Amino acid sequence: MFDSLSTRLQAVFDRLGSRGRLTEDNIQEALREVRLALLEADVNFKVVRGFVERVKARAVGQDVLGSLTPAQQVVKVVHDELVELLGGSGHRLSPAQHPPTILMLIGLQGSGKTTTSAKLARLYAKQGQHPVLAAADIYRPAAMDQLRTLGAQLGVPVVGAPGQRPLEICRAAREEAAARGLTPLILDTAGRLHIDEAMLDELRTIRSEIRPHHVLLVVDAMTGQDAVNVADRFNQAVGIDAVILTKMDGDSRGGAALSVRQVTGRPIAFVGMGEKTEALEPFHPDRVASRILGMGDVLSLVEKAQEAVDQKTAEELVRKLREDAFTLEDFRDQLKQVRQMGPLDQVLGMLPFGKLLKGAPRELSAEQADLARFDAIIGSMTPQERRHPEIINGSRRQRIARGSGTSVQDVNRLLKQYAQLRKMMKQFKGLEGKLPRAGLPGFPTLRG
Amino acid sequence: MKFLAALGEQLSTGLRRSREYLAAELAAVLRPERPIDESLYTELEEILVAADLGAPLAADFTNRAREEVMFGTVTRADQLRPLFRRFLGDILVPAAQPLDLDHRPAVVLMLGVNGSGKTTTCAKLAAALTRSEKQVLLAAADTFRAAAIEQLEAWGDRIGVEVVRQEPGSDPAAVVFDAVKAATARNLDALIIDTAGRLHTKSNLMMELAKLKRVIERQLPGAPHESLMVLDAPTGQNGFAQARMFNEAIGLSGVVLTKLDGTAKGGIVVRIARELRLPIKLVGVGEKVEDLGPFDPQRFIDALVPAA
Ligand SMILES: Nc1nc2c(ncn2[C@@H]2O[C@H](COP(=O)(O)OP(=O)(O)O)[C@@H](O)[C@H]2O)c(=O)[nH]1
Ligand SMILES: [Mg+2]
Repeated sequence: MFDSLSTRLQAVFDRLGSRGRLTEDNIQEALREVRLALLEADVNFKVVRGFVERVKARAVGQDVLGSLTPAQQVVKVVHDELVELLGGSGHRLSPAQHPPTILMLIGLQGSGKTTTSAKLARLYAKQGQHPVLAAADIYRPAAMDQLRTLGAQLGVPVVGAPGQRPLEICRAAREEAAARGLTPLILDTAGRLHIDEAMLDELRTIRSEIRPHHVLLVVDAMTGQDAVNVADRFNQAVGIDAVILTKMDGDSRGGAALSVRQVTGRPIAFVGMGEKTEALEPFHPDRVASRILGMGDVLSLVEKAQEAVDQKTAEELVRKLREDAFTLEDFRDQLKQVRQMGPLDQVLGMLPFGKLLKGAPRELSAEQADLARFDAIIGSMTPQERRHPEIINGSRRQRIARGSGTSVQDVNRLLKQYAQLRKMMKQFKGLEGKLPRAGLPGFPTLRG
Repeated sequence: MKFLAALGEQLSTGLRRSREYLAAELAAVLRPERPIDESLYTELEEILVAADLGAPLAADFTNRAREEVMFGTVTRADQLRPLFRRFLGDILVPAAQPLDLDHRPAVVLMLGVNGSGKTTTCAKLAAALTRSEKQVLLAAADTFRAAAIEQLEAWGDRIGVEVVRQEPGSDPAAVVFDAVKAATARNLDALIIDTAGRLHTKSNLMMELAKLKRVIERQLPGAPHESLMVLDAPTGQNGFAQARMFNEAIGLSGVVLTKLDGTAKGGIVVRIARELRLPIKLVGVGEKVEDLGPFDPQRFIDALVPAA
């Protein structure tokens, strides 16, 4: 399964033995691989068709730059083209001249509208604004309760009561926002199929009556080829201004992003990265491009690490990963930081070869690691033992267990997990060389 | 699976929509007079990919087509149509299996990624069983998502089925323990357990699910009798990773394919059935309780590749 595009292209060009200039002949096979990679990433086949043509037009005739192999050169062209088509980053939802700014979320059933509504509310509240939510999904059982619960957690008011019609709820919410000076107003609408005319009519009515400033289409990142139909129909029937891509914390390659962007021409404003209300991030085309191409999302990883730790610590970790100089003390620090970063498997999932790191996630999940106990165990070791855990024999284990008020099994478990992480890092080291060597956008930091 | 009346009108309308999308394109490629050349193979492959069958499966079929053409068993483009229907039939007919509910209580564990339709499917299944005079209990083991318990309870009220629940945030294993105990003590026909949605990449959440299953196993040997992964039809190639990882972590007895009433064809289940040999047991074709039926491979194939 895992076979990043660059590796595959490398194989193609190795076979061709070509160097120098990219010609129509020598990139033909490479383009086939590009096409396959995009299809595997769920980019719609029609979008792929156009895309490959553009890449071809752009690549043919290019001299292969001194520092790059032909494969890398093609990856670079593909990547650049993808970034361009995915559009700019940090699309801002401009505030209305006369508040409240009104955001309206629409999409298929189960795409994540309600959770995303709450995430947006949290985001604006954190920026010092006073958002208000409208629970306009009167159809799905307990959808209103869901938004109410989330609103209560965030301290954001939620408008809408059983028995009211969606338009009525939106109107009441707009009045309440105006009266209390709340902005933005976020309308959570019911999920519906893009071919359900009666339900689309409801959205059209809300749109024309309430006049939202931004209609946001919420799309599940795991969507396949159908993403174009969904985006096109919603755009035709209701009109959309921007897109939010949800469930990007999984391992889907997210090709739907390109499809949706291509058929609607609308920017992707945010990506959802988890179930919690803080898991909403700005869209970065370069990262999604790397992901679509199966090259992982190393930049996000590094940024995540930076959020939790400071820049210097992050660099230090990368250095230690590279040099295999990772002690038990580092292990303890990592466990602490990983807990702030999110589960380690999620972090690893962002690496291009994350899935190759076998045996790690299960045992090393931060939630599983009993941090307090580990802390105590490591605290009972001598500095020598921490730096050279291989000297920890049976009697030392007993001493450490006694000193930390834990059992020998606990000590064993810790040592085992540490050993696994070390092993994993060795794999990491071995694999690192397989990444394209030149400075492709998307993964500068991991190479020194 | 007599209790799930073979789906009538509803399913046909749902599937017809998907059918219309693909049919026209396919008809254009498989015109009898169209010469069989590289461009035909390419277009055919694209149509198969458009149904979310995945590039490898599409390539396998076109290679098979090439062989048949080479051996002279296929000479006209329209003969590729029955060939493809057979190709799909070989994969899907063995995959279409009924639910195993011949236990007392029969325990069904519903799982899958967020928003795929687990809660709705639990309610639909409970309603179908109730309609055929079975005594059913629902368990609200999604204690995580806001108002997930209320959602299942609302369904329970609507269909007249009791829901075992605890407070939001409580241990799902405790809910399940209570539910299995109640279902056993009351000698009910079936217990259907709704779980929290989770992405297959979150190992801690997958372990939680595995634990849930162990709790059931320990309490009632042989249970759960069905561990069903709910997958929605719009899902692309990631659906394969979902099935593989849920199967590895939990052990699945089958897949439920929901939201077939949209334009998506759910082609990813072909790959799941083919490579993972997982049965496809149920389909969801709408939001109402009656919109659930057994997986019918012939109808599914008709929707992907109409007979003519
Ligand atoms: N159109 C359609 N919608 C469905 C189907 N099954 C579930 N849904 C809808 O999908 C959304 C998510 O369903 P839910 O059961 O809450 O998903 P869960 O998060 O997996 O429990 C709800 O709005 C359901 O009404 C189906 O077969 N067709
Ligand atoms: Mg649910």
